[in-house]
Amino acid sequence: MSTTLEPPGAAAPATGTPDIRGAAVRRGDRVFVGLSRGAGILILVTMAAIAVFLIWKSIPSLQANTANFFTTSEWSPDAKPVVFGIAALLFGTLMTALIAMLLAVPVGIGIALFIAHYASRRLASTLGFVTDLLAAVPSIIFGMWGIQFLTPQLQGFLQWLTTYFGWIPIFQNDLGIYTRSILIAGIVLAIMVLPTISAISREVFVQTPRTHIEAALALGATRWEMVRMAIFPFARPGMISASMLGLGRALGETIAVALLLSATYEINWHITEPGGITFAANIALKWNEAGTIGLSALVASGLVLFVITLAVNMGARLIIARRSEFSGAN
Amino acid sequence: MNITGKTAFAAVAITAALALAACGSDGGSSAGTSASGSSSTNCVSGSIKASGSTAQKNAMAEWINSYQKSCNGATIDYQANGSGAGIKDFINKQTAFAGSDSALKDQDKTDADARCAAGPAIDLPMVGGAIVAAYNVSGVDKLVLTPEILSGIFSNTITKWNDPKIAAANSGVTLPDATIAQFHRSDSSGTTDNWTKYLAAAGGSAWTFDHAKDWKAPGGQGAKGNDGVGAAIKSTPNSIGYVELSFALNNKLATAWVDNGAGAIEPTSANAAKTIAAATVGGSGNDIVLTLDYKTTTGYPAVLVTYEITCEKGGDAALVPLTKSFLTYTASDAAQATLSTTGYVPITGDVLTKVRASVASIS
Repeated sequence: MSTTLEPPGAAAPATGTPDIRGAAVRRGDRVFVGLSRGAGILILVTMAAIAVFLIWKSIPSLQANTANFFTTSEWSPDAKPVVFGIAALLFGTLMTALIAMLLAVPVGIGIALFIAHYASRRLASTLGFVTDLLAAVPSIIFGMWGIQFLTPQLQGFLQWLTTYFGWIPIFQNDLGIYTRSILIAGIVLAIMVLPTISAISREVFVQTPRTHIEAALALGATRWEMVRMAIFPFARPGMISASMLGLGRALGETIAVALLLSATYEINWHITEPGGITFAANIALKWNEAGTIGLSALVASGLVLFVITLAVNMGARLIIARRSEFSGAN
Repeated sequence: MNITGKTAFAAVAITAALALAACGSDGGSSAGTSASGSSSTNCVSGSIKASGSTAQKNAMAEWINSYQKSCNGATIDYQANGSGAGIKDFINKQTAFAGSDSALKDQDKTDADARCAAGPAIDLPMVGGAIVAAYNVSGVDKLVLTPEILSGIFSNTITKWNDPKIAAANSGVTLPDATIAQFHRSDSSGTTDNWTKYLAAAGGSAWTFDHAKDWKAPGGQGAKGNDGVGAAIKSTPNSIGYVELSFALNNKLATAWVDNGAGAIEPTSANAAKTIAAATVGGSGNDIVLTLDYKTTTGYPAVLVTYEITCEKGGDAALVPLTKSFLTYTASDAAQATLSTTGYVPITGDVLTKVRASVASIS
């Protein structure tokens, strides 16, 4: 970077060190540096404050718990003796998120690819607008749509799945009831995270250097080969981080899942049977009526969710950071 | 995240309540005449806050509306944020009284008494309710169930509509050869607590799960809220679930008659009121804690009582007059009579007399 050629304002916030021309740093620059640094620090302080709050509030229930917090499925924090654990919550959260990812990532990337490199400009902008609009639908609407419309529509498909693929344990259904299941929640979550995945992937696809694309095409590559050889290698970190951000949303989604799941506190691998519960849905369903220990136990489960989403998002950021180093664009 | 959401919601609710209050005070002269009609409404102006039980929400809204119409200058905010939260708000001195699905006990009782300092916190049974087994089975207009059958259905041991036990209780009714789709609450709720209290008391050995706010029995499907269960029953053939009477009436759901051993009793407000009136009164002094007889054969047995919790003495001096005036109104015949029209159950008889005496003691 050639700092001397740029106006002083551009260099000062980045370095914070005295300007190369000594006293030439303007007061406005200093204020701006202070403000932006303050904003940066504020976000860290907020995160730390949330972590401290969660830990502090969860201590009473963890001390009162008579069962293993990590391996117990039952959730009876206000009973005597106090028994609660996150096993079922963790299973439900990861399972619904996994299903959502399996469905949403290929479709989301497909949409992004179509918009970025296949569709005509007018169609692309319309389609992009519509996908972004999907992100603006409140999650309770997704929940109600899922229970009132999607669930009845899916009955035939789910029965077919059990009839012909019931030999795969997860599609087995011993009850003959196909509603309020982890699979349906996963499908609705997939639709909810679709805009996140497709919007970010689209941005990355568009950034693919023109030269890479033209070089591939000049070598005689077909459209698909060009996508595979020029776009995907360039965009892979971006696609991964898009998926991770989508995953973050799927893990934390609350009210839609609370409406959709039957809320049973057991680990049931039959994903088409009614059941399942997630961290966020459990908090939403139990918060209002919870007693002192109950609230604390919910906060403790929130702490686990906080750690999981933090890890997922930090993973995504790490991959994005690596991308800028290896990028061929610069 | 959850907390900010709740706060935002509370802000909206309060704004809405204020807007309603503003509308209410425009009632004018017609409100004045209705005040004299309801005898002893002794108006006090001012503003109090209350919060708690969602089960009382509609009853409170109705009462607050008519009280504010009769009494210009009085504002009462009742925020239905759940019994647990309501008791916490009361203990933290944020509200003048709390609505609760159960009487104070354990640590909450100690904390509430400490909050009132000069006098104990008292429980006042004010709003009754009935929990009904609503069902959706085509061709079955009247269904009679015993506590044993209900326990069996809700603990997943009776799974077919044409089960011999159900058939025996409903001779002459053609029951379908279909699996029972059973619905319960997925969220913590006083409704679940009271319903399982009934099953635990009357179901005998058929119900082995005790009572709790959270559903513990296997099988069936969970849905969120009375409205969620009601909607699920309505849209699912051959289903059954428990909801509060008002939700069954509003959704026009068929409700099962319950036979506690001496004949089937229809789930109506009047029949439920008989069970509450016959409850055993406990609690010391002006504290009124009811023990319901779930095995009663003279009234509809699956009932619940919700309480208002306030200080007998030692409440905030500025708020006591309005609190007392409002609670006096809610315990009046006129106020209790409005309960049955909205799907609630009125408090009647000796219990109501005792409640009035306790309200009179507030100072």
